[in-house]
Amino acid sequence: MKSASLNKMTPYFFIAPAGVVLALGLLYPIAYMVYASFLDWNPSQLIGEADWVGFKNYSNLWVDEAFKESMWVTLKFAFIVVSIEIVIGLGLALLLDRNIRGISALRTIFILPMMIAPIVVGLMWRYMYHPSVGIFNRTLKDLGFESIPWLSDSTWSLVSIIIADVWQWTPFIFILCLAALQSLPRSTLEAARIDGANAWQQALYIKIPLMMPVLIVTLLLRLIDAFKVLEVILVMTNGGPGLSTEIMALRISRTASEFRELGAAAAMSNYLLMMLLLLTISMFLYNKFVEQRRQKMLALAEGG
Amino acid sequence: MMKNASESRQSPAFYALMVALVIMSVGPIILMLTTSLKLNVDVMSDTSSLLFTPTLKNYETVLCDVLWYAPEHVDYCNPTFSRALGNSIFIALVSTAITLILGCMAAYALVRFKFMGRGAISLTTLMMRMVPPAVLLVPVFGIWTFSYGLDGTFTGIILVYVAMNLPFVIWILQSFIVQVPIQLEEAAKMDGANPLQIFFLVVLPVIKPGLAAAAIFTFRIAWNEFLLANALLDRNTRTVPVTIVNSLTEYDIDWGVIMATGMLLAIPPIIFTFIASKQIITGMTAGAVKG
Repeated sequence: MKSASLNKMTPYFFIAPAGVVLALGLLYPIAYMVYASFLDWNPSQLIGEADWVGFKNYSNLWVDEAFKESMWVTLKFAFIVVSIEIVIGLGLALLLDRNIRGISALRTIFILPMMIAPIVVGLMWRYMYHPSVGIFNRTLKDLGFESIPWLSDSTWSLVSIIIADVWQWTPFIFILCLAALQSLPRSTLEAARIDGANAWQQALYIKIPLMMPVLIVTLLLRLIDAFKVLEVILVMTNGGPGLSTEIMALRISRTASEFRELGAAAAMSNYLLMMLLLLTISMFLYNKFVEQRRQKMLALAEGG
Repeated sequence: MMKNASESRQSPAFYALMVALVIMSVGPIILMLTTSLKLNVDVMSDTSSLLFTPTLKNYETVLCDVLWYAPEHVDYCNPTFSRALGNSIFIALVSTAITLILGCMAAYALVRFKFMGRGAISLTTLMMRMVPPAVLLVPVFGIWTFSYGLDGTFTGIILVYVAMNLPFVIWILQSFIVQVPIQLEEAAKMDGANPLQIFFLVVLPVIKPGLAAAAIFTFRIAWNEFLLANALLDRNTRTVPVTIVNSLTEYDIDWGVIMATGMLLAIPPIIFTFIASKQIITGMTAGAVKG
C-alpha cells in the first residue's frame, strides 16, 4: 500500500525541484519585469516605494529618439546578418555536400567560433580592427591603401560588427544545412540525376525546396539569436560611435545601469520580448503547419 | 560502391576551399594566441607580426597569484584575475551539476509518466530560448537584491544560470530518454528496484551522450555569460568575463595580457569542442532538423 502511494508521488517528486527553480529563477523575474515596467523606479529605491505611472514608460519610449534609433539598428543588424549568413551558409553546404574526406574535421573547427565566449570574440575582433596595430589596417597599409576607421566611423562600425557576427554564426547555418542535405531522400536526388538535371537545377528545384522547413526554422532561430546579441558589440564598440551600433539589448543594459531608470528599461525589455515572442510563435505555427501538411500527404499517399 | 569510390576523389579546388574556410575560422583565434605570447613592445612595433620571440610572461602576469614561484618581471601581483578564474570554475561546475541533476529528473518524469505533451515542452523550451539575458537584467537585479538578498553571492548567480539552462536541458534529455527501451526498466522493476534505483542505475547510464551534450551547453553558458554576472556579483565573486570587460575600459590597453586572459577563458570551450564535437552538433541541430 505504502509503495503504491509512493509510486503515485514519484512524478511529482521528480519534477518538483526543477519546477521550483524555474518558478523562482525565471517565471517570477519575468512577471516582476512586467510589473516593474509600469513603475517610475530607480535602483536606490525599494520596489514598493516606486510610483505607479501606468503606461507612461511605454508611451515615452515612442517619442524617445535614442530608443527608436536603437530599435532601427537592431532590426537592420538582425536582417542583414541573417540574410548574409543564410546565403553563405547554404551555398557552402550545397557545395560541400559530397564525400570529401575531412568534412567532419571542418565541422569541428567550424563550431569553435560559437563555443568561445562572446566577450572573447569581441576582444579578438576589437584587436583586429585596431586602428594602428590591427591586422586589417596593417595589411591595408602594407598594400599601400588608406587605413579604414573600422570602429570609429558610424557607418563602418555597423559593417564591422556585421562582419564579426557573420564570422561567428555562418557555421551554425552551414552545419544545420549540411545535416538537412544529408537527410534528404536519396531516391529523389537519384531520380533527378537520372532525368539529367545538372547541379544547379538539382540545387534550385529539388534540394532547396525539400530543405525549406529546415531553412525556415534555422532562419527564425538565427533571427531570435541576432536580437539577443550583446557582448560582442559591447566589447567592440559599446554601442558607439554615437548610437550607430547601440542595439536594443545594449540600450536596456545602459538604461538600467547608467541612466538608472529601471522602469523604462523594463518597458524596453517588454518591447524586445514581444518582438521575440512574435518570431517564436510564427516558428511554432510554421512547424505545426509543416507537420500537418506532411501527415495529409502521408494519408493521401496511403489512400491512393 | 563504385559510385562511392569515384565520389571520394574530388577536384583539388574543394580542398583549397576547405583550407580557406579553416584559415578564416581559426585565423582570429590563432591571432589571439600569438598576441598572448607577445610582449606589448612587439605588439606595438611596426615590423612584421610573424617574427617575434614567444614568451609566457603575459600568462605569468595574469596568473601570478596562483603560480608556485614569483615571476621576476611582475612588480605588483594583481590577484583579481586568478580569483576570478577560481570563481568562474566554481560557478560553472556547480551550476552544470545542479542543472543536470534537476534536468534529468524532470525529463524522466515528463517522458515516463506522460506529464505534459511533448508539444507543450517544445513550446516552453522555445519560449525560454527566446528570452535574452538583457531582459532578465532588471528583474533579476531587483529581486536578487531586495527580496532574496542574494546579490553578490554564488548562490544567486548559480540560481540564475540553472534556471536559464533548465528548459533546454530538459528538452534535449527528453529526446534521449524517449529512446530508452521501456522493457529495460520493466525488467529492473521485476527484480524489485524502486523508481529511484531504476532512474539512477538503469536510465542514467544509457543516456550518457545526451548528458554530455547537455553538460557542455550548460557549462558554456555559465562560463561565458557576462551581463548578469556583471550586475549581480561583487568584487570578490566576479567571474572572468566581467574582469576582462573591466580591464578594457582603460585607454592604454596591454594587448598581450588581455589576450592571455581571453585565451585562458577560451581554452575550456575549445577543449570541449575537440573531444565532443559530435555531441555538440547533436545538441545544436536537435532543434531544427528533427524536432
